Amino acid sequence: MTSRRPPWPLSVLGVAAVAIVCLPLAYLMIRVAGAGPDAWGVLERPRTLSLVAKTVGLVAAVTAAAVALGVPAAWLVTRSDLPGRHFWAVALALPLVLPSYVLALALLAVSGPGGLLGIPALTGFTGAFLALTLATYPFVLLLCIAALRRADPALEEAAQGLGRTPAQVFRAVTLPLMRPAIGAGALLVALYSLSDFGVVSLMRAEALTRAVFLQYRGAFDRDPAAVLALLLVALTILVLVGEQRARSRLGSGSRGGRTVRAASVVPLGRWRGVALAFCATVAGVGLVLPVSVLVAWLVRGSPSLDGVATATLHSLLVAVAAAAVTTLAALPVAVLAARFRSRWTVALERTGYAANALPGIVAALAFVFFAARHAPAIYQSLTLLVVAYLVRFFPQALAGVTSALSRAEPRLEEASRGLGRGPAHTLATVTVPLVGPGLLAGAALVLLSTLKELPATLILRPSGFDTLATEVWTATSVTHYSQAAVPALMLCVLAAPAVWLLVVRGSRGLDPLGN
Amino acid sequence: MIRRIAPLAVTVAALALPACGGDDDADLTIYSGRNEELAGELIERFEREGDLQVDVRYGDSAELAATIAEEGDNSPADVFFSQDAGALGAVEDTLSSMPRSVLDAVPDRFRDPRGRWVGASGRARVIAYNTDKFEESEVPDSVFDLTDKRWRGRVGIPPPNASFQAFVSAMRLEVGEKRTREWLEGMRDNDAQLYDNNIQTVEAIGRGEIDLGLVNHYYLYELKREDPGLAVANHFLRRGDPGSLVNAAGVGILKTTDDQDNAERFARFLVSKGAQRYFAEKTFEYPLIEGVQPPGGLPRLEELIGPQAELGRLGNQLRSTLRLLDEVGFTT
Repeated sequence: MTSRRPPWPLSVLGVAAVAIVCLPLAYLMIRVAGAGPDAWGVLERPRTLSLVAKTVGLVAAVTAAAVALGVPAAWLVTRSDLPGRHFWAVALALPLVLPSYVLALALLAVSGPGGLLGIPALTGFTGAFLALTLATYPFVLLLCIAALRRADPALEEAAQGLGRTPAQVFRAVTLPLMRPAIGAGALLVALYSLSDFGVVSLMRAEALTRAVFLQYRGAFDRDPAAVLALLLVALTILVLVGEQRARSRLGSGSRGGRTVRAASVVPLGRWRGVALAFCATVAGVGLVLPVSVLVAWLVRGSPSLDGVATATLHSLLVAVAAAAVTTLAALPVAVLAARFRSRWTVALERTGYAANALPGIVAALAFVFFAARHAPAIYQSLTLLVVAYLVRFFPQALAGVTSALSRAEPRLEEASRGLGRGPAHTLATVTVPLVGPGLLAGAALVLLSTLKELPATLILRPSGFDTLATEVWTATSVTHYSQAAVPALMLCVLAAPAVWLLVVRGSRGLDPLGN
Repeated sequence: MIRRIAPLAVTVAALALPACGGDDDADLTIYSGRNEELAGELIERFEREGDLQVDVRYGDSAELAATIAEEGDNSPADVFFSQDAGALGAVEDTLSSMPRSVLDAVPDRFRDPRGRWVGASGRARVIAYNTDKFEESEVPDSVFDLTDKRWRGRVGIPPPNASFQAFVSAMRLEVGEKRTREWLEGMRDNDAQLYDNNIQTVEAIGRGEIDLGLVNHYYLYELKREDPGLAVANHFLRRGDPGSLVNAAGVGILKTTDDQDNAERFARFLVSKGAQRYFAEKTFEYPLIEGVQPPGGLPRLEELIGPQAELGRLGNQLRSTLRLLDEVGFTT
């Protein structure tokens, strides 16, 4: 790749985008640095330590369980003769349309005294663990499916030819092939469950995000909430660094070429029934159960439709705006890193991924602190809300744009330049059309995430600006669960096309970490 | 051509959309510590009658008070409609004086002695209990009995709720810091179940998840309207017990308001016959003005004798009450 000097407007735009992404963390640090000893005292409490331990425990359990569900499921739908495996591949990925807090609601509704299932109430750790696992295993599943489809089946076939049993082939060949995907998936799951706010709140599980919110809401002095928020950031950075270490130690595994032929199918034999039961259970609990609960509420509870149209419009408005703004903001950064590769452009791109360390509740707090004191003009405005989404989901857009750029042929751009077109003209007529589909995938992911986003929306939205997510939240805060049915179903309907795009496109846009 | 225009169109749309969600195009911005379930209809009625566009920000009263304090001069709020007198008192420095006529509509004990907020409706603290499991005579007459082992894991409390916080403030004023802390720690060690708000607490009693809950009296009736079979009833506590605090939801106008007329109009509306009847009939609270009948089946407001603490003194206590709740471990 040639290392030309990038045109200055591109550099300015890229630096500006990354500066905005870094703003909340920087401001939070300033705020905490100026906080009194009282605020820091929150770190010395024994409760805080136990809170951290419980958070880590929850994240570790969810990650392990999501891998345990996602990996076998991916293998079954790509490598076995599971009946209806194309159907299962989609059905098992579909819980992605459900916001995790809706899953939590459904579990709460069917458990406990008066619940359908007659089991003890799924609250606290158990409930949060179940809901988060069901919400996140599709990440592992989709990444592993993509990895298996890319992997050259010749390796597995060779092992088979050498007389290895399917179990041995799986352990010795298939699993290592999937390892990078499992690692990336596990990281996504860990980051998701560490930053999740809705599930742990509904389940009243002890976790840092909820503690930050309770502290923010429950004290007159808000500095301790900021301190706890930074603690959460530190934990997130630990996860990111730990993953990097693990990846460099294990190596990145075999990437394999682009495969043209399908892998041969492993007959399941007598395990077929077990495999089917496994898939049916996971899809049943993760998809059929929550959707049935919502539909039952809809039919029985005759919930009011007041405000749903407005909330839908609001949700769409902010989600489309966030998707567009975030993708556009990521574009210059990705172009700089991919087309004008140099030390500083690469550093810029890496910094763009720093928002991965910024859970929604933390970004929300930082922006609310900043705007209330220093930017009253945009305080409680849609502008600020969309900027918060931009910061929060910048890595998703950046990964989408970067992977799209890496697929586009730079020589086409060079040819365009050679024919006398200026850089801006080339960008508009060659690069953008080439990377269009990848941009769309990135934008779809941001759209999906914004639709479901809860903590930042709750804290930053303009007064009286209800979205589908906040309507669900409001309904649950007074436990009129049935009132949550319409907005929750509406959310699923809106999310479906974005999920479809991601699933069909083989989840290539799914990895917001830029692995 | 379309290819060239499409990205441009997206850009323009993206930039235009957030801008059109104007910031202060409302005639009045209310920070409401009363939840939408109970107050939404009333506020809509105010909008309709006055032909006004009102924006409401719902939250917990203490949370909104802290928000107003954080925002300082930048607060977009015009009025603060609070669940309890304590949260209003906590931000009394940011409130301007109410018109005399509004203040005079309610009895002295339900308004700020210095005229910066006025009560809109009265409510009593009670112990709600599950009627399938208990006779009323078995329910304790004092909150101090709840730390008994007999109730281990069976009592629900809503610490984020402003009325609960006001009750703790009143207890601190009544029996002192030390006994209050001991009581809170006793509740914690007796495995008191924590809920976000009163409604969740009452519902948990109805489901049998817990036996008793410390709540305001009126949530029960709201839930019974939806589920007449709900097995929950209220027990009013011994006279003078901190758990029998009689509090007021109320309203204050922010000094920084840019809609003073509409803010006053809202305050006047809340103490009008129509709104007072709404409280009595729809939310089962005590109306505070003369000539409006209280809801049936409740003890008369004059018969309820809470702790000595005046409502006007609760505000000063809120910060330290929140800190105490936090230290005891009810916040994180």
